[in-house]
Amino acid sequence: MTLEAFADTIVPGAKRFPTDHAIAGVCDDPGAVEAGAMELLGDPATGVTAGLVPLSGMLNQRAADYAERVGLTLDPELPAFVALDYDHRAALVLELTAWGNPERDGWVLLTMFSNMAYDSAAHRHTAEAIAEGHPGLLAMGFAEPEADGLWRFADFSYGRELAKRHPNTTESGSPE
Amino acid sequence: MTAIEKTDVLIVGSGFGGSIAAYHLAAGGAKVTVLERGPWLSGKDFDHDYLLGSSYTKVFDFVAGDGMSVLGGNCVGGGSVVYFAALPRAPKYVFERHGSIGRRMWPASISRKTLDPWYDRVSEVLPVTQQDWNDVTYAGGLWAAACDHSGHTANPVPVGVDAKKCTNCNWMMAGCRFDAKKSLLMNYLPAAMEHGAEIRPLHEVQKLSRTEDGGYRVHYNHIDEEDYRITTGSGQIEAKIVILAAGAGATPPILQRSEDTLGAMPHAVGRYFSGNGERLNTAIINEERVAEVLGLQRPNGKAYEANQIGKGPVVACWDFVDSALPEYERFSMEQLYFPPGLGTILAQAPGATGPSWFGKEKKEILKQWKSWLTIFLMTEDDNEGVFGPPPPTGNAYRISQQMLARGPLSYDPTPNTRRGWELADAKVKEILEKDGLAKVMPWTNDVVGAYTVHPLSSCRIGDDPATSALDDRHELRGHPGIFVTDGSAVPCGITVNPALTIAALAERAIPGIVKAARERGVDVTYGAPLPKSISTSVARPAA
Repeated sequence: MTLEAFADTIVPGAKRFPTDHAIAGVCDDPGAVEAGAMELLGDPATGVTAGLVPLSGMLNQRAADYAERVGLTLDPELPAFVALDYDHRAALVLELTAWGNPERDGWVLLTMFSNMAYDSAAHRHTAEAIAEGHPGLLAMGFAEPEADGLWRFADFSYGRELAKRHPNTTESGSPE
Repeated sequence: MTAIEKTDVLIVGSGFGGSIAAYHLAAGGAKVTVLERGPWLSGKDFDHDYLLGSSYTKVFDFVAGDGMSVLGGNCVGGGSVVYFAALPRAPKYVFERHGSIGRRMWPASISRKTLDPWYDRVSEVLPVTQQDWNDVTYAGGLWAAACDHSGHTANPVPVGVDAKKCTNCNWMMAGCRFDAKKSLLMNYLPAAMEHGAEIRPLHEVQKLSRTEDGGYRVHYNHIDEEDYRITTGSGQIEAKIVILAAGAGATPPILQRSEDTLGAMPHAVGRYFSGNGERLNTAIINEERVAEVLGLQRPNGKAYEANQIGKGPVVACWDFVDSALPEYERFSMEQLYFPPGLGTILAQAPGATGPSWFGKEKKEILKQWKSWLTIFLMTEDDNEGVFGPPPPTGNAYRISQQMLARGPLSYDPTPNTRRGWELADAKVKEILEKDGLAKVMPWTNDVVGAYTVHPLSSCRIGDDPATSALDDRHELRGHPGIFVTDGSAVPCGITVNPALTIAALAERAIPGIVKAARERGVDVTYGAPLPKSISTSVARPAA
């Protein structure tokens, strides 16, 4: 739940069910979690899988420290990071990823993979992800491949001169 | 005890610096062995797929340092397999640059004029072609039209792409599935193989030591083909000549690690790294304004919505590639496509009130991804990158099984570099925000620091032993018989894409390397005809 809340801070989504605490619910369409962030983070190929449990624990510790610092009372039933609202989660993620924070590498990695789950579906074959309506690729308007699973764009050029070449262009097409 | 394998010329890396050397030395009669750290992929091995473990992550490396992340090739063919094949020559002022040392950085023997014949050779081999406006993609066309609207010129960039074969799929970074992109797998490498050069993938060179007869012993590890974190064995080869061409992010650690066995390295090994002054800006295009102001329209009625369509950078504005401007105020502005993932995470939401590179406002601009236009800036930096102590193996601590690693390079941009970035950022903003065409933001440096797809200068040529690692023949100072021919040899950022310059310098270095090899008893001559280009990327020979 804690890592879901982290991923939802990076690419926020809609709550999956009314009591969905992990997802802050600041957007009305799916975000990183529904796009497969946990699946991607759980893939040993990422190199972060072994660190997820410790990172999750650290995140809640940092969230508790943050809450105390800014004077928030957190719901004791929830992990501390999950208990923060979206704005506080985002403020904390900014702190965690800031230069000078000795732990930043781990948080930056979590951020990168949360993003990648949404905008490139790195845990899925891209063509399959699109065919199955992957929410990130769909929202971005990523084009569908042709029947053989490859992308080709026959319509690609305005086909006319749109600017003048630099007068000092040499015969080879390079700058002087 | 097994006898140690021997070769005449051992080449580390199979990108431009390695492949060009491999061809000429093999064609001249030398026994050539190339050790390449990455896998050997070709043709149908190049996937249209972002899945971890596809060619996209196999052939591409992203090494995060302290303030600088380096993106580069990791495969047979090196950078040429993952590059965007933009191949301009360096403008003549580049060779006169003083940079941070207060005097000319390049060797006196090299100028644009003296390098032009070498540029010509590489251009003939690849070949480099000039695009016309029918080849220019929507993204390039939009950038050209916007430049023109602001009173600027814009050039179709010279490229190594066969327009007849290109499908404008924009998967170049994963390797070209259609063999439209002119990688080294279609020219120098197959030609080198025809002359007996042996290329061994998944061999990562760790260090060099000396042999009793004045040659070198090269120590390597075998790398697992799926999980690059795993070493599956190790070995050694002895050679009379060693050519290092592992790339500007990987050559220095090999030499640093060799200090124990070879003795002290020149001061400039692992210093003076340049990221080619690179920056990216993302513009969110206002489709209506583009239609109204620039009069652009596609057959489907859209003005643009074509971010995904194309073949990397096709149009550049060279108005500030101008020798009349002072150093650090010169830059080129090139339209570019970067795939999602690497190409989206650092983009910032214009006008964000909360976090700009993640969160709900960032998500909103992702919805407009089809209307993104990315502009790539190549400015003049200050060669401020320095490599710390090398990691135990390779050039980085690998995090993921492929692609992602943490390296020892640190980079703290000087005021000169920052000002160059600011000037270039401001110019892009001025052009693209004119009359409401777009909203523009540079990529953030808050996540991985600065970044470069064109690492340079970390083992550079020069006349001054204090500030260059190599003499103007590319020989490592104080270590005769070791040459460096990759991007690390280029003395400074060059304000344009550097592949052709790296290649031309490698071509130029060959006669001297052949001479050195002959002096060391290798039966090799210089003067082989230029290699013929083939139409299909060369596959790994069957065992």
